[in-house]
Amino acid sequence: MATNAESGDELQFRDPEKAEQLTEKLETLMDEIGEPVNVMHVCGSHEQAIAKFGLRSILPDDLTVRMGPGCPVCVTNMPEVDEAVALAEDGAVVATYGDMFRVPGTEKSLADARDEGADVRVVYSASEAAEIAEEEPDREVVFFATGFETTAAPTAAVLASDPPENFSVLSAHKYVPPAMEIVAEMPDTDVDGFLAAGHAAVITGYGLFEDFVSEYDTPVVVGGFEPIDILFALTQLLEFIRDDEAGLANAYQRCVTEEGNVPAKDAMWDVFETTSGEWRGIAEIPDANLVLSDDYAHFDARQRFDIDVDPGAADPLTEECICGDIMAGKADPDECELFGEECTPQDPVGACMVSSEGTCKIWLEYGGQPDL
Amino acid sequence: MCLGIPGEIVEIDGQEARAEFWDVEKTVRIDVVDEEVEVGDHILNHAGFAIRKIPEEEVEETMEIYESFLEGDEDEALEEIGAGEGEQLGIEGR
Amino acid sequence: MSDTDDVGDEATGVSNDETTGGDVDDEATGDGYTDDEVITHAHGAGGSQMAELVDSVAVSRFADAEADVGLAALDDGSVQPIDDDHSVVVTTDSHVVTPLFFRGGDIGRLAVSGTVNDLAMMGATEPLALTSSLIIEAGTPKATVEAVTESMREACEEAGATVTTGDTKVMGSGEIDTLAINTTGVGIVPRGKHVPDAGLSVGDKLIVSGTVGDHGISLLSEREGFDFGGDLASDVQPVNDLVAAAMDAGEVTAMKDPTRGGLATVLNEMASKADVGIDVEERAVPVSGPVSSAGEVLGIEPFDVACEGVVVMAVASEDAEAVLDALRDTPKGEDAAIVGEVVDDHTGQVVLDTGFGRRYLTPPEGEQLPRIC
Repeated sequence: MATNAESGDELQFRDPEKAEQLTEKLETLMDEIGEPVNVMHVCGSHEQAIAKFGLRSILPDDLTVRMGPGCPVCVTNMPEVDEAVALAEDGAVVATYGDMFRVPGTEKSLADARDEGADVRVVYSASEAAEIAEEEPDREVVFFATGFETTAAPTAAVLASDPPENFSVLSAHKYVPPAMEIVAEMPDTDVDGFLAAGHAAVITGYGLFEDFVSEYDTPVVVGGFEPIDILFALTQLLEFIRDDEAGLANAYQRCVTEEGNVPAKDAMWDVFETTSGEWRGIAEIPDANLVLSDDYAHFDARQRFDIDVDPGAADPLTEECICGDIMAGKADPDECELFGEECTPQDPVGACMVSSEGTCKIWLEYGGQPDL
Repeated sequence: MCLGIPGEIVEIDGQEARAEFWDVEKTVRIDVVDEEVEVGDHILNHAGFAIRKIPEEEVEETMEIYESFLEGDEDEALEEIGAGEGEQLGIEGR
Repeated sequence: MSDTDDVGDEATGVSNDETTGGDVDDEATGDGYTDDEVITHAHGAGGSQMAELVDSVAVSRFADAEADVGLAALDDGSVQPIDDDHSVVVTTDSHVVTPLFFRGGDIGRLAVSGTVNDLAMMGATEPLALTSSLIIEAGTPKATVEAVTESMREACEEAGATVTTGDTKVMGSGEIDTLAINTTGVGIVPRGKHVPDAGLSVGDKLIVSGTVGDHGISLLSEREGFDFGGDLASDVQPVNDLVAAAMDAGEVTAMKDPTRGGLATVLNEMASKADVGIDVEERAVPVSGPVSSAGEVLGIEPFDVACEGVVVMAVASEDAEAVLDALRDTPKGEDAAIVGEVVDDHTGQVVLDTGFGRRYLTPPEGEQLPRIC
């Protein structure tokens, strides 16, 4: 993409020649394995990278890389969006990442609320939200904090650096490991290996996957996001699968270490604690949501305001949503009763339809899996 | 989860740094980067925060790992990136 | 500012009855439309909802008069014959942009360039006349209006055009946001020599006249307050001279300017209107360093955002090199490049060769926003 940009070191990770060589390795490994392989990744950015570079068109035919329940935007459920919308409609300035701006709640998205006059602002960084609070001391400024650990760390940093009194956080942050566990725990799950999210692992370290691989007897490779990084990580995963080894490997060494980013983790666990919650289209997941700890209750929008939305309220359609099965590879989108009817990109029920790279969205757009 | 972009620090002012991302510059916060950074260091930027200081030599080492893998030293490459052998560092949090 | 400690029922009103197209409140607004059918931002975003609106509001109402290119074609302008030898091209646009003055240009330059370029996209490279209607919010400094119209004059001079008639309205403070401009352009083409956006055929080559994504990325950065330093700026400019040079050098079969929705949108429109497929080589598309870098940081693709000084043209393959040379010989066309070709495959779709693999280049939905995920 950076046709004219001098990307220095990073261009090495976009070298088409290396990509071709790595793809050949993948073919060889698939031959050695001798049967179809299903790899799952749990990161919206991995899916963006795979789609953007057209990687699926060069992967061996029998190697399927599927997106699991790992896009924090997609799995933020409707009542959480409703909370943000409610606060905006009641007069607070609600700051949100661009990713969440158009994601519908039960009734509307933050974008819709803005169309109707609410003061919703798209920010690139949590620090910008705090800056808005500084600049407008007479308004309540709520930061709709979404994203996984990678993004929770910046939120924590902002909260820990003395934000103004009129600032608060509505936390819809999610925690990665349960996403993988949910799929690994499904009976008849057909995932042969996980490509773990590299940037979340920058924060948490890869060490926390050690228990996972032994408990679920499934290999995990932590991967980066450049084409070469992804292809290389896949080769490592295939090697584990070929050798029938529930191994753990870090294929993103320049950014990920075993213990991760200690200052960021410290900040994160000082500010947040886990709690159970519902993910869009997937039933309740234990310890997968991050909420503000008692020490930071003062900045917790849920405690400061009386938000008249039940965050636990399940959308009745959720019961018919089969996103969980789709992500686990047990069903195809057209097997879902809601597909293309009650569940469309404008009106998504489950995560698979929310994301631009979601399986259901792509199927609806192309009338099936596009064949390239 | 996320979009992480590598950049080079060109200026530091307290908890804020100016970083160069190819042909543009942007301000990033350095509150939660894993190590002290100085001008000239490379960082990984996510949502306006540096979340990792990318050691210069790591980029080269990564390329070397990829090279050696492609040349057939697969075991060595795997060993380079393998985990679970040897010491287990104390994992904090959770 | 209201007391936010008490978020009342009215604000939330979450109820299971209010699904899309729901019938909670059937109270007609007097035109036979229900309360929930309102125009939203999505209707102006250029995607499917806008297409539906345009169809239901305009196209279905105005049967085509005798025209070579009429309303139903939804091309950059309309083309109607005057006599055996001539056709008149008409185009119109309304401009609302924030901020009014931005790096590289302003609303005035945008208005003139947009209309001059739309005429050029139809093959009318020598504008006969432009109109200019201003709707101004009371309280706007007169100097602002002067600066805008002066910029329009400069752009007209650059394009060889002139404003021959117009209108001025003032609305109350708060009733409109500072300034809106509508411009209409009129041009003449030899009968039958107009260039439709659907005229491409298999074998044609696709040429882009300059770097893409400049306007969109630059405006977004400015509006959102991203201080990227240096060189980001809108590319807004009239390009009728570029188009004239291209048409002189060879057979241009189709043209569009990639404004809202960017390169991805116009390529898809051209492919689906002409019922052909398009293959594009990603690395051949010119993108400037700053735009590419800013796009990486924000997570926005330069192909998905507006250009205001670029032409995408389909050219008969035997003329492609000559047209390319002609473009590169002009100052505004020095970055021109052949980026792809029209194929007899994946009809209506655009496929991008990324250098690694292939993928569909789909039109973006709505305004592009920075992402973190």
